[in-house]
Amino acid sequence: MSTLPVSHSKAAEAFLADKPYVSWHDETLWFVRSKRDKAARSVPEWETLRELASAVKAHTLSRLDEYLVQFESNAKKNGIHVHWANDAAEHNSIITEILRSHNVQKVVKSKSMLTEECGLNPYLAERGISVIDTDLGEYIVQLRNEHPSHIVLPAIHLKKEAVSDTFHEHLHTEKNNNDPVYLTRSARTVLRNHFITADAAITGVNFAVAETGGFVICTNEGNADMGAHASKLHIACMGFEKIIPRAEDLGIFLRLLARSATGQPVTTYSSHFHRPAPGQELHLVLVNNGRARQLGRPEFRNSLKCIRCAACFNTCPVYRRSGGHSYHNAVAGPIGAILAPNLDMKNNADLPFASTLCGSCTNVCPVKINIHEQLWSWRQVLMKEGYGGKAKEAAMKTMAAVLSKPGLFVRTANTARKLMRAVPWLFNNKLNPWYRQREMPSAPAQSFKTWYKKNRNEQQG
Amino acid sequence: MRVGLFIPCYVDQFYPQVAIATMELLEKLGCEVVYPAAQTCCGQPMANSGFESYAAGCNANFIKQFRGFDYVVCPSGSCVLHVKEHLHDADESTASVIRNTVYELTEFLTDILKVEQLNASFPFKVGLHVSCHGQRMLHLASMSERMLPPFSKALSLLHKVAGIELIDPVRADECCGFGGTFCVTEEAVSVAMGQSRVEEHAANDVEYITGGDMSCLMHLEGILKRQRSNIKVIHLAQILNAQ
Repeated sequence: MSTLPVSHSKAAEAFLADKPYVSWHDETLWFVRSKRDKAARSVPEWETLRELASAVKAHTLSRLDEYLVQFESNAKKNGIHVHWANDAAEHNSIITEILRSHNVQKVVKSKSMLTEECGLNPYLAERGISVIDTDLGEYIVQLRNEHPSHIVLPAIHLKKEAVSDTFHEHLHTEKNNNDPVYLTRSARTVLRNHFITADAAITGVNFAVAETGGFVICTNEGNADMGAHASKLHIACMGFEKIIPRAEDLGIFLRLLARSATGQPVTTYSSHFHRPAPGQELHLVLVNNGRARQLGRPEFRNSLKCIRCAACFNTCPVYRRSGGHSYHNAVAGPIGAILAPNLDMKNNADLPFASTLCGSCTNVCPVKINIHEQLWSWRQVLMKEGYGGKAKEAAMKTMAAVLSKPGLFVRTANTARKLMRAVPWLFNNKLNPWYRQREMPSAPAQSFKTWYKKNRNEQQG
Repeated sequence: MRVGLFIPCYVDQFYPQVAIATMELLEKLGCEVVYPAAQTCCGQPMANSGFESYAAGCNANFIKQFRGFDYVVCPSGSCVLHVKEHLHDADESTASVIRNTVYELTEFLTDILKVEQLNASFPFKVGLHVSCHGQRMLHLASMSERMLPPFSKALSLLHKVAGIELIDPVRADECCGFGGTFCVTEEAVSVAMGQSRVEEHAANDVEYITGGDMSCLMHLEGILKRQRSNIKVIHLAQILNAQ
């Protein structure tokens, strides 16, 4: 039997043990959020763009089957080999087969959260194929045998000192040289060598255009291009939801993506791939892995609009203070918390509760996903399915019973308040999570109800 | 104008002075205010915990208490939001009337009573804590994430109070971390979020933190008291009603 992952709240508590570190983490991500605000403000039609993006995605999702088939047909015409994977296992085995048929020993990979979702790296490693993640942040976490903590900034949880130590251990850089330029150059030298010597390149896909059969990859480091152009074999992997109908729709999404993600007007490299270069083979793996199921859930369908900008991570006050790993899912943050239960309700039942439902995520989302409403809806689904546990169900039933009977409510509340006044230690103790770091509110001698009865009784109907 | 006064259950129990201030303020502004005494709770604690299905009894009682008023007014954005979004009943026509006539206090003062002047004075340094549900879902104020013209119903009312000095925190609308049951189920994050809010207001040297939701303020108060801070929390209604 599999064991449940450490819950978000427990992991967050551990993360929060180092207060200066958490302040740094919070400030760093808030800085990215602020850059996003500035970039968004520079576009007068920002809110219109969001509307358009949301509408294009809604339309696409409403006929996803048609667009996927159209895309496949056009991609094939362009000379791309198209594969369909129904789940993570199929995705991994399809890629392994392609790699084996080309006798590939070493693959360079540019960032793809889908391959994280599918667990491709360990799968290939077990089969003797080495994978080098070439996005700098992802390379750092790979060296440390960690997962990305953020879908755009994979190593955002690490300070430069930690990166220096990691590079010293694995790349033999100077000890305690924390200069970011030095560290980046060191990684670059190693990565350049990998690009030249790799047998294949795996990339993700940001947008796949149905009418052209081509796709677009956005990176800031150009690592997708380095990999794809230097190898004879390029395999691109994409979830179903990456489809957009027309090339001209890119004008909406590319303007929103980088501004929302990092506050840049556009990603440094927005690379368009349509067909294999002469002498090259180009494969594309279209992955379902639960997306069709999510499409079939009306209240959660909109989550498939996501373009993976991570603006909801950066703005989320919970994410900033709990770190990406506390979400125990390839995609963390608010969007991860509504995607993960679709993949595995039992293991991810805690995630929709890792939110105050403040709604900031919904407001920054460039494709207007109603994230906080979906968090709320997932809570209802998960509790109906019994993932809350018997104790919680019983407590909630009792609470509901008390609150639906005015007389019982008054007696219960008055008794509790009297107890708080007479026996404060009953409440002010370690068993009460409120009291651990907060004082209890002081209990007044009389409730408003009592005051009203005494002072305004004449008005009562 | 007959107004049903909807007082959140925890305000009834822990902050009667907030309910009194709300009532007095509405009366001063010419409303006939009635407090249906058998009201309990809007049902949000169950619903936000994933048990909306258990809230039927609560809803039925709410409707019984609040039928027949011109308006239902409440000094909490969060509770009003819950009623607006989730109040349903076998008697759906009454539920619908209530959903459409329930108002958060500052919204009611601004949009229905169209208050232009307030005979209030509060000569203190005050920081406003913007509560998320009121702001982002009831649209009581513009939001830092959206690229839309700025406004704030709470601030426009506070600016009518004599002597008040308002100082904005840097992150003007970051959540305090209360979040209902979140405040205990995610205790560590909840407190860390609250501490960040308190820190910013403390850096501004305010004497009071105010807001439209006592739940946020109760959470911040708990943190302030543990820190033995001199900063006090006070509900907006108390400031608007202060002489």
